[in-house]
Amino acid sequence: MRVYADNAATTRMSEVAIKAMMPYMSEVYGNPSSLHSIGQEAKEHLDNARAIMAKNLGCEPFEIIFTSGGSEADNQAIVSAATIGARKNKKHIISTAFEHHAVLHTLKKLEKQGYEVELLDVHENGMVTAQQVKNAIREDTCLVTIMYANNEIGSVMPIKEIGAVCKEKGVLFHTDAVQAAGHIKIDVKEQNIDMLSLSAHKFHGPKGVGALYVRRGIMLSNIIEGGAQERGKRAGTENIPAIMGMAAAFEDACNNIDAHTEKLLKMRDRLIEGLSKIPHSVLNGDRESRLAGNVHFCFEGIEGEALLLLLDIQGVCASSGSACTSGSLDPSHVLMAIGRPHDIAHGSLRLSLSAENTEEEVDHILAVVPKVVAQLRNMSPVWRDLQEGRREYVIQ
Amino acid sequence: MLYSKTVMDHFTNPRNVGTIDGADGVGEVGNVKCGDIMKIYLKIEDNIIKDVKFETFGCGSAIAASSISTEMIMGKSVEEALALTNKEVVEALGGLPAPKIHCSVLAEEAIKAAIKDYYDKNGIEYDKTQFPDCANCDHCDHH
Repeated sequence: MRVYADNAATTRMSEVAIKAMMPYMSEVYGNPSSLHSIGQEAKEHLDNARAIMAKNLGCEPFEIIFTSGGSEADNQAIVSAATIGARKNKKHIISTAFEHHAVLHTLKKLEKQGYEVELLDVHENGMVTAQQVKNAIREDTCLVTIMYANNEIGSVMPIKEIGAVCKEKGVLFHTDAVQAAGHIKIDVKEQNIDMLSLSAHKFHGPKGVGALYVRRGIMLSNIIEGGAQERGKRAGTENIPAIMGMAAAFEDACNNIDAHTEKLLKMRDRLIEGLSKIPHSVLNGDRESRLAGNVHFCFEGIEGEALLLLLDIQGVCASSGSACTSGSLDPSHVLMAIGRPHDIAHGSLRLSLSAENTEEEVDHILAVVPKVVAQLRNMSPVWRDLQEGRREYVIQ
Repeated sequence: MLYSKTVMDHFTNPRNVGTIDGADGVGEVGNVKCGDIMKIYLKIEDNIIKDVKFETFGCGSAIAASSISTEMIMGKSVEEALALTNKEVVEALGGLPAPKIHCSVLAEEAIKAAIKDYYDKNGIEYDKTQFPDCANCDHCDHH
């Protein structure tokens, strides 16, 4: 059995999405910017895709910009808000310490350009509150950017409340909803969201395509200069096959949120319950306010990369925030942000499910993970020190 | 595949895992901050390494490097074990990805630390400069 439990990294494309893309490679192949009938036919379909995205986000079609993915959308939203702020001499930006790097690295760049970036502390349960945002907003704050749901530990932020605080204070609010879109019901108007990023391949759509929702009246700055596509705000001929696939996948995902959530919660909670029985293990991220498909644990005394490789051999494809998997010697910034010490942050495991996973697969994961954790602990000098009292357990 | 066949073999079937009661030399290097700790136990008789065991907290390549290096020094003289370099460990493993080279360095250093412990315990004179100084190593801070 081979179980794919890394759906937060990417998902398998759905039949719906693949089918939706096919005609746009050879049948409807025109450039939507062309004036002739073949081009205009393509434009009609592009408009349809935009309308589908808008309908499922609760906004107007012209408020949707197609991008190459979540990272580009994050970059553009943040740079745009910063540019608007600078015109009014507002250069203070609020975010959190556990954002995706597409957000954090963009903020780093702005910091070098003279912006002041304030990263809110994340609570141990992986949550940031609207009150924290309220307290941090200043006269010169131009943007609040806070992720909808965390990509590693799966905690879901109180977006509507945060949005309300920003609205009240007249500050732009962007949310990186890459992990939430297609999995949680989103209504940008109702949830007071000014800008939102999403990525198709996280909800069974194609890779390399995403969207940015921008509320009417917010002036976007270009990341990519060139032609007048996307209201002149994102140059380059639209990737129509991918956009059609994204729209079909998004609609399919949104239509099935309730059914998928119900199925996922059963599997997720069984995994959380089962893995909690491993001694000296701890669940990361809020137990209640979390993505329906996210399971994230730290196991004391072992290292995550070794864990992943052994799990892979046993037929479980998962992910870890260990240093060895991040390409640096520091473990995941998300685990650091929620205050997990290095000792246990290296021993992390993320299992992210999709509705395609089955209860049998959950059984397999539950049979394999405790075995592999024990196997690694058996050869770990850290574990021996813990067992023999020479080192204090971090996780009781 | 990220790792060579040899690395995967030693990682999934590590040789000489465990401890030695009453070991003649024990060496531990690395720290949890880095995410790698290696511990080597030596049984030495007549200047020959009669037995060697290891314990490792770390990634796949750290476990593989520990495992293969125990095989490389088993039955060798103390001087031969002391001469083992991380380069030889990497070669024996059929190569390591660049970010993992430090795992082979740890294996070399763990063996050296164990031999130093053996020298210290037995009052054997040695040249201090040939041993790594973990307390003053800033490897972990470089990243």
